[in-house]
Amino acid sequence: MSAPAAPEKKEKISVPFDYNKYLRPNKLPHIWCPGCGHGIVLKAMLRAIDKSGFSKDQICVVSGIGCSSRTPGYVDFNTLHTLHGRALSFATGIKLAKPELKVIVVTGDGDALAIGGNHFIHTCRRNIDLTVLVFTNAIYGMTGGQYSPTTPMGSQATTSRYGSIEKPFDACEMAKASGASFVARGTAYHTLELEKTIHEAIMHKGTSVVDIIDACPTYFGRMNKYKSATHMMEVLEKDGTVSVKQVDKLPPEKVQGKFLRGVLHKDERPEYCEQYASLIMEKAKAK
Amino acid sequence: MAEKKKKLLQGNEACVEGALYAGCRFYAGYPITPSTEIAEGMSVRLPKLGGKFIQMEDEIASMAAIIGASLAGLKTLTATSGPGFSLKQEAIGYACLAEIPCVVINVMRGGPSTGYPTGPSQADIMQAKWGTHGDHPAISVTPAYVQEILTETVRAFNLAEKYRTPVVVLYDEIVGHMREPITMPAPGEIEVVDRAKVTCKPEEYFPYDDKYEVAPLAPFGTGYRFHVTGLNHKQDGFPTNDPKIIRENNERIMRKIENHKEDIWKNEETFLDDAEVAVFTIGSTARSARYAVNEARKAGIKAGLLRPLTIWPFPDRAVAELAKKVKAIIVPELNLGQMVLEVERCSRGATKVEGIHRVDGEPITPAQILEVIRKYK
Amino acid sequence: MAEAAAKKLPNIVINERLCKGCSICVDFCPTNVLEIRGSVVAVKDLAACTRCQLCDLRCPDFAIQVFD
Repeated sequence: MSAPAAPEKKEKISVPFDYNKYLRPNKLPHIWCPGCGHGIVLKAMLRAIDKSGFSKDQICVVSGIGCSSRTPGYVDFNTLHTLHGRALSFATGIKLAKPELKVIVVTGDGDALAIGGNHFIHTCRRNIDLTVLVFTNAIYGMTGGQYSPTTPMGSQATTSRYGSIEKPFDACEMAKASGASFVARGTAYHTLELEKTIHEAIMHKGTSVVDIIDACPTYFGRMNKYKSATHMMEVLEKDGTVSVKQVDKLPPEKVQGKFLRGVLHKDERPEYCEQYASLIMEKAKAK
Repeated sequence: MAEKKKKLLQGNEACVEGALYAGCRFYAGYPITPSTEIAEGMSVRLPKLGGKFIQMEDEIASMAAIIGASLAGLKTLTATSGPGFSLKQEAIGYACLAEIPCVVINVMRGGPSTGYPTGPSQADIMQAKWGTHGDHPAISVTPAYVQEILTETVRAFNLAEKYRTPVVVLYDEIVGHMREPITMPAPGEIEVVDRAKVTCKPEEYFPYDDKYEVAPLAPFGTGYRFHVTGLNHKQDGFPTNDPKIIRENNERIMRKIENHKEDIWKNEETFLDDAEVAVFTIGSTARSARYAVNEARKAGIKAGLLRPLTIWPFPDRAVAELAKKVKAIIVPELNLGQMVLEVERCSRGATKVEGIHRVDGEPITPAQILEVIRKYK
Repeated sequence: MAEAAAKKLPNIVINERLCKGCSICVDFCPTNVLEIRGSVVAVKDLAACTRCQLCDLRCPDFAIQVFD
């Protein structure tokens, strides 16, 4: 029997990526549960950073609180693990104080969109040069599986035993409406595509938001009758999303109810720190 | 050039001058009465000096932003009042544990809640010590004059850098909005403490190196790649569950202040040598107290004034010594009894302690204080 | 069979300390090279490996890589 083609063979790599270059020694295994998508996203992020050409000293990774926010501890950059919801505010301080740093914010859906929702929309509005990676697993994992601002209606969580009745946020729609100049979505399943998307987000000047759908098999999965991490990846990430490149070619029924993947919005709007330097500082000095 | 430069400034404007003199180059804030003039001043002045000003979306974000900017190597400031000070508490605790220097101005207004935004208060004294959760170090300075707001703001930055901790400058609305002529300090006239330079090799650097009581902090992006977290951590900055390390670190961040109280304390003593009755107070109330004490002396009453410019750590020794000498310590304050509790604690029953409290948005008058002084003549 | 034997086999490096046995690599391997043995992944059929790297790409735990 001939081997079926790998689902993503466009960028076939012959030599595996050396993650150790960017990982801090002796910090693994990470704290994430078996099958948690965060590790897959982290790997895509490291490959994207590698491709970006920034040195380890130039990169600053900032997070809030939650499962995904443990990311900075594992990676060998300038790293800051902050308060629940506040990663973007700390990151804004770092970026404005030292614009030459490339600041990447790693946050979860609860961290970014619930407790940090106000910071999220205002960061996007300012269009400050931050790369914001939202690990969206539709649950609060660290605290044991409560419903989050992206939990789909009807879903079970430890605080929605009768099914969630709240309309979930679409992080991309919110980012776009708030003024982020780069908005994209990826999944842990489409890991090479995700790497490319994160790379593009890092290279973009301005607030770039990448909403990344990944699986929490331990809580969301078990409570919502998914058989395994793989099952979740196939149902939620593969079948639950459609690439923006294909969306026009597909009949509406194949698109309905699915999340769009890829770069959803991009504009070249002036970036905050550059505006501060060119408008405010120049005017102030002249006065 | 020999002529000292005089200016007529508002308290909040003097705060801006002090911050810039100290080398502050980053301000993040959110508008709130009666502190807003500080933000306005910084927004005009900072960009002229190559510094950065940002008006954040809320008080929480402002506090977080100055911690981030401090990690990037700048001296940073935010200013607020009661409701905003409440919101900043979470991040103040972060700065305490992660040991990130920064300065927070709290121009105290009437509370609780929205309270009396344009009225003075001294009701955030305990909040400045206990506002954030968990045991944590606290340094607060309490200027009473416009000139002093300038100098104490400089001292606040110095203490923040020296001890790698947030420092709160507490003054009431009266002092914040009062205008007084002040003398502008010449460069070099007031000591300015800059952040300790890191000299070791990056591979030997620990952000909480246990060789030091206060380890030097390397700015992000200078080749020292390290981790900072609000979790209990080891000397390398990474989280730990080791009870011994957690205890040691929690105790050290308290000890680094406790062991250096002599350096942090600053008191002004007026007529205390032969005083039989003393007044202990801060801010605008100390201005009334000084007047009352002078009037008492004119009337032949041996009254004196102990005015702390550092309220946290509390001047326990000065109060304990004073308590042994005087018949009473009177504690006027614009709250329902905060400093008075500390004075009682530190005087250990050696003298009578009597509070004067006022929370109607009006200042405590010299007459109010004098009336109580007369009881102890 | 002779052809397969002559082919240079890849080197699948598994870090058993890091593998959490989630089975993602096993499930997504297009040629059924891997299996869970005990609580960690193991190579079942090395000759079937096409070096597609999908196991590495989707491994959340930095536990598996395929070298030539």
